Amino acid sequence: MSNQGKMDCGRRRLVVATAAVGGAGAVAALVPFVSSLLPSERAKAAGAPVEVDISKLEPGQMMTVEWRGKPVWIINRTKEMMDTLPKLADAVADPKSEKNQQPAYAQNDTRSIKPEIMVVVGICTHLGCSPSQKFKAGTEEGMPGGWLGGFLCPCHGSTFDFAGRVYKSKPAPTNLEVPPHVYLADTRILIGEDKKGA
Amino acid sequence: MTKFLIALLFAPIMAFASGSTAHIDKWPGSVSDKAALQNGAKLFVNYCMNCHGASYMRYKNLLDLGLTEQQVKENLMFTSDKIGELMRVAARSDEQKLWFGATPPDLTIIARARGEAGNAGAGADWLYTYLRSFYRDANRPTGWNNTVFENVGMPHILYGLQGQQVMNHETHKLELAVPGSMAPAEFDKSVSDLVGFMVWMGEPQQEYRRTLGWFVLAFLAVLFVVAYALKKEYWKDIH
Amino acid sequence: MAAGNFEKYKSDGSLAGNALEWLDARFPATSMWKGHLSEYYAPKNFNFWYFFGSLALLVLVIQIVTGIFLVMHYKPDAALNANGVPIAFASVEYIMRDVSGGWLIRYMHSTGASAFFIVVYMHMFRGLLYGSYRKPRELTWLFGVGIFLCLMGEAFFGYLLPWGQMSYWGAQVIVNLFSAIPVIGGDLSLIIRGDFVVGDATLNRFFSFHVIAFPLVLIGLVAAHVLALHETGSNNPDGVEIKANKDEHGIPRDGIPFHPYYTVKDIVGVVVFLMVFSAVMFWAPEGGGYFLETPNFYPADPLKTPPHIAPVWYFTPFYSILRAVTYPLFGLDAKFWGVVAMGASVVIFAFLPWLDRSPVKSIRYRGPIYKTLLTIFVICFFVLGYLGTLSPSPMGELVSQVCSVFYFGFFLAMPWWSRMDKFKQVPDRVTFK
Repeated sequence: MSNQGKMDCGRRRLVVATAAVGGAGAVAALVPFVSSLLPSERAKAAGAPVEVDISKLEPGQMMTVEWRGKPVWIINRTKEMMDTLPKLADAVADPKSEKNQQPAYAQNDTRSIKPEIMVVVGICTHLGCSPSQKFKAGTEEGMPGGWLGGFLCPCHGSTFDFAGRVYKSKPAPTNLEVPPHVYLADTRILIGEDKKGA
Repeated sequence: MTKFLIALLFAPIMAFASGSTAHIDKWPGSVSDKAALQNGAKLFVNYCMNCHGASYMRYKNLLDLGLTEQQVKENLMFTSDKIGELMRVAARSDEQKLWFGATPPDLTIIARARGEAGNAGAGADWLYTYLRSFYRDANRPTGWNNTVFENVGMPHILYGLQGQQVMNHETHKLELAVPGSMAPAEFDKSVSDLVGFMVWMGEPQQEYRRTLGWFVLAFLAVLFVVAYALKKEYWKDIH
Repeated sequence: MAAGNFEKYKSDGSLAGNALEWLDARFPATSMWKGHLSEYYAPKNFNFWYFFGSLALLVLVIQIVTGIFLVMHYKPDAALNANGVPIAFASVEYIMRDVSGGWLIRYMHSTGASAFFIVVYMHMFRGLLYGSYRKPRELTWLFGVGIFLCLMGEAFFGYLLPWGQMSYWGAQVIVNLFSAIPVIGGDLSLIIRGDFVVGDATLNRFFSFHVIAFPLVLIGLVAAHVLALHETGSNNPDGVEIKANKDEHGIPRDGIPFHPYYTVKDIVGVVVFLMVFSAVMFWAPEGGGYFLETPNFYPADPLKTPPHIAPVWYFTPFYSILRAVTYPLFGLDAKFWGVVAMGASVVIFAFLPWLDRSPVKSIRYRGPIYKTLLTIFVICFFVLGYLGTLSPSPMGELVSQVCSVFYFGFFLAMPWWSRMDKFKQVPDRVTFK
């Protein structure tokens, strides 16, 4: 009885084998639990791509559609609005959109597929508020002098231009996100997906 | 003594085994027959979904039947245009209540609900028999009655396919009075496919569940071998 | 097993050793480990029946873990959704279909409920076989009866949550039992329901009881059950007190450390149990219509009772006793006495330690009287259970009355018959191989 419960080589091997097999089983048993934490089919269905008809969107107007519970802005930019963009190259933090906040096809001067049509997620990249429209140059209430028009986040004061680029020295770290989108036809956009017919 | 006690245990059980009132045919299909399930899905959306929803199902689930998204969208989606949407009924439930006196039940899990204690899978048999047992009855507001569901509120939706049966009051058997577009054997096959779809829909992952069971059991068998060897090794100490 | 009985851990100078010493000086880690596992001496002759205690603990863990994940998706709401289905009912189907892995978690929980009762009934039967409830383990037994009562409550509250037809009407019937209590009955069932019928208020409070109140009490009782057991030490199939015969180190000669010997043995038991559990869960999750009753696949409909309602199988023996009482007595109606009989049939287990007067504990040394009566008792229990799943019938009523009389007779006459048996000599040491 004196060597009761003593560990030897054979025992150690069996303990390790049992622990390894049992541990593998425990990890496998975690799979359903962890995967149950992922978005469900309902959430995925609610987050499905949204088709938008922009034929009635006049120049200078903006419309908001919901995609995955977030506001997505579609702005038909006028020539004046477009003209502000190059002037702001020194005022905004990431003028060439080098940070990964847009699909490759929107990494250009206007951050869009069609130059005048801007599609952008209307959620401030700082802490998630939705910025408000400050479209009128210079005259908007509460905006600094020389304001060329764009967006102001009401929470912490970040400002964005008409391409969703964030101004320098503002709390928001990056430009507004451009969601994946594709033109199904000239005036029909599918938001949430890059490829047609999927 | 033991025999007597066992007899004592089973005697009351025998005494209470009850027979079912109407004859129920066995459903001949299988949930692993993809072609049959596809046909069943088609019948379901064309005939059943006019009045009944399958509102826990998503059209997306139909992809598991081996269909492409294009096929589902073109052939099976009449109440929605999004593949992720639920298979809702076309008609509104309050209007249906007005027309039928009751809202037709959702059919997603009807095959499971129609089972019985001690025979949980029997819902398929019941549905298979029920859908083939409508007969003409002038006393009913719908003009139809059913041998396994007396005075049922639902009319015979598939009569165009089956034709019209009448009750022979001498033999108490159903006879085909007016043939439908399908021969009886062909109709039975279609109903079997439809029932198969409803069985599958009751739990779309059921085949996967059964397969997964084999893997889990195989794994546990391996674990048993090592765990038993470990136990044996330690218990050598005990005399 | 007091904390002071074990020496505190001394570090070997390594970092891990220092950390353990720091911990052990502030927390009874060593004494808990030794007192309950590595130096808890259990009789070496445990047999098959001794697996079910650890299995019950395993099932408790399964139920708690799966329950936590189910609560993340389940909604206790009796209101109808856009498709005209109660939200609670739809949320269960949502878990079964839309939540990734949800069906498996739900089946674990529903199979676990039935497994819990199977394991606990086996565990209780072990107590009857070997006299585990006898002195000095009365308190362990009482905590056990408490666990059983708590488990019944937990199961009853949980069964309402899927909000199917069986959930609804089962709750309706059981809550109405309380209205049988004279004077306060009507108000009592109103207080339990929180509404004039089983409704949204009932669903929400049952949800609260099921996920918070009863699990808390259950865990506390389980801890008390195990602590009380470890104070007296475990019984064994011979009913021999192993502490009566200790070696020079004060260790029972027939005792072996729980760890590693019973840990490795229980692991084998756990694996075998999981095989049976998985077989049911993957291949027959409805348990033939007994684990998941088929009418529960219809959403609750307060206007239509299903043609045949029966409680889940684990309640049916007691439900049969309820139905067996058909005579009014002392000016109170049969309904009241049925409820009393049903309650008594559960609570009577608590009195076993004082009803049993036999000089030996284990069935191995008892005579034919105990063996016969216990066999008939088990048969009665099964017959009552089976009858409880059936619709009422005159024949069923008669048989369940006979069985109920025997059921109570078994307990109430025990002080007499338990003494009359022919007993065998109990050995000093346990029998081992």
